Amino acid sequence: MNTNTITDLAEARDVPTPAPPPGGSRLRVESATIGYDKRIISEGLSVSIPDESFTVIVGPNACGKSTLLRGLSRLLKPSAGQVVLDGVAIQSYKTKEVARRVGLLPQTSIAPDGITVADLVARGRYPYQGFIRLWTEADERAVVRAMDQTAVTDLSGRLVDELSGGQRQRVWVAMALAQHTSILLLDEPTTFLDITHQIELMELFTDLHHVGHTLVAVLHDLNHAARYATHLIAMKDGAVVAEGPPSEIVTAELVEEVFGLRCLVVPDPVAGTPQVVPLGRDRGGEGVREGR
Amino acid sequence: MSIGVTSRSGLTRHRSTGGAPGGRLDFGRRVLVLRRWRIAVRLEWRSVIVCAVLAVAVACMAVLALMTGSYQLSPGQVVPALVGGETGLVHDIVVEWRAPRVVAALVFGAALGVSGAVFQSMLRNPLADPSIIGFSQGSYTGALIVILLINGTYVQLIGGALLGGMATAIAVYVLAYRRGVQGFRLIIVGIGVSAMLGSLNTWLILRADLEQAIAAAAWGAGSLNGVSWDQVAIGGVCIAVLLLLAAMLSRPMRQMELGDDTAASQGVRVSPARLGMVVVGVALTAIATAASGPIAFISLVAPQIGHRLVRTAGITLAPAAFVGALLCLVADYLAQHVAPTPLPVGIITVMLGGGYLGYLLFTEARRRL
Repeated sequence: MNTNTITDLAEARDVPTPAPPPGGSRLRVESATIGYDKRIISEGLSVSIPDESFTVIVGPNACGKSTLLRGLSRLLKPSAGQVVLDGVAIQSYKTKEVARRVGLLPQTSIAPDGITVADLVARGRYPYQGFIRLWTEADERAVVRAMDQTAVTDLSGRLVDELSGGQRQRVWVAMALAQHTSILLLDEPTTFLDITHQIELMELFTDLHHVGHTLVAVLHDLNHAARYATHLIAMKDGAVVAEGPPSEIVTAELVEEVFGLRCLVVPDPVAGTPQVVPLGRDRGGEGVREGR
Repeated sequence: MSIGVTSRSGLTRHRSTGGAPGGRLDFGRRVLVLRRWRIAVRLEWRSVIVCAVLAVAVACMAVLALMTGSYQLSPGQVVPALVGGETGLVHDIVVEWRAPRVVAALVFGAALGVSGAVFQSMLRNPLADPSIIGFSQGSYTGALIVILLINGTYVQLIGGALLGGMATAIAVYVLAYRRGVQGFRLIIVGIGVSAMLGSLNTWLILRADLEQAIAAAAWGAGSLNGVSWDQVAIGGVCIAVLLLLAAMLSRPMRQMELGDDTAASQGVRVSPARLGMVVVGVALTAIATAASGPIAFISLVAPQIGHRLVRTAGITLAPAAFVGALLCLVADYLAQHVAPTPLPVGIITVMLGGGYLGYLLFTEARRRL
């Protein structure tokens, strides 16, 4: 990422949808029951995403964090309760209107064979296009800007299949950005990347957060969550156990309650944020409780 | 590297030194951008040129087919006859005898090509083809029942083929359903259902009167013999409407190639779009089948040839339509004029497509197992 990217990022503020009241929440879940078919994952779940926050949801596998994200993005319809976007039940919007307000980077996406980077990013413009209005000046501007923001402009004409994992993930982020939503949901965006690319992507998200995007990410890495999130939501068994700024809520007790992992929480020597250091069997006396 | 320049209006103008000349975004391919009136489209030059060349090839092949027969004509006789400049025998041969068959090959070929493209895109698999996953067989069953039981008209035949195709599609979908439908499982189930329907069709023919059975069997090989202007007109109008619907579905279809979740988050109503694609795909196959019997493999081969020619990302409909029309014309020409005895066109397409199917199964199995 270079300095130009940051100046361009500042431009991103001017477009996305209505200015929110300070301290509000444009996107929230109100006592919702969410699940698949007959399998209920969360019951009576209420979550508010603070506006302009970088919210990270953490929790053990199958705790319902991805399900929550699917509910927030309207991929799953709550069987009871509701998800509210900008004051109105999200189900009452037209699908394209939701897509103009909330973007999603799913866990897995498929790049069609032989697609180039610019072509893929341009697909993010779908919610603004019509039968014969497929590539307006505004579309082109949004795509150019999204590619600048994610530093993939130089890859523009390359085939997506030929890119490295880190590059490819930035291209998917660019596609989501081209959709021009101020709220962006990210489902385990760093999972398949090496550490360098994970950090690079987290810093990109921080940049996006600084220019006014509201980000909601599901992450596995607690230390990344603690360092980059402004608002942390810890989930277990489909319910929220704790939420708030990482510096206030990340404690050894919470980690043990949520993950069943005995650990030490120390200040991150670089950022000063809480850092989770597992004790392990040999050094913590009792070791991992739910390990076996 | 790229440079953002903020103008007084607050808009950002971008020059991209890594991009194509003229400051345009670099798509890795030469693109043609048209923005005028309310139209704003971006086309790839290669696709435009390939489609134009294919259109010319289809026109030439059609003229050649109109010229050839026991009474040879010259292009100088065929073209005026088509625009009404000839009378008498030449007019009768071209317009009344040969044109219905040529137009039928063209229209039904295009319909089959698009039908295959829709299913291949939807299931993200080159094996997903109505003639493999049983939908053609189902259409044929429906049409057979109409012929054998009520000796129906062409319109009833279309109805029967449509019902048969749809019922098969539903059956295959339900049998392959396990918390959503995964493409490869649906194809395997479809192959099974197709085999079962094949034996059902054989049984239907065996228990029919000899006369009806002979007619049904000849038609069952996929033949354009005896296609009339009436059939071409009815089928053509239906197919034109369906092709328009397919064009309208092509944008959600393209988006769904990125995965259902991605498409949904971008504003595609995934389930209605998929239902629309199934209905349009089955209907295109069913109408072609009702008129000519099952002409196998055009729906399998045409989208893939088209895809390789235009080299776009994903399956596109227009090249599939042109290649389908061209293949069907060529196959029918070979069946009528090159084979030692006139054959049903379906025999030729089976021979051409069978080899390709073997190759596909081989590579697909190697990729997955």
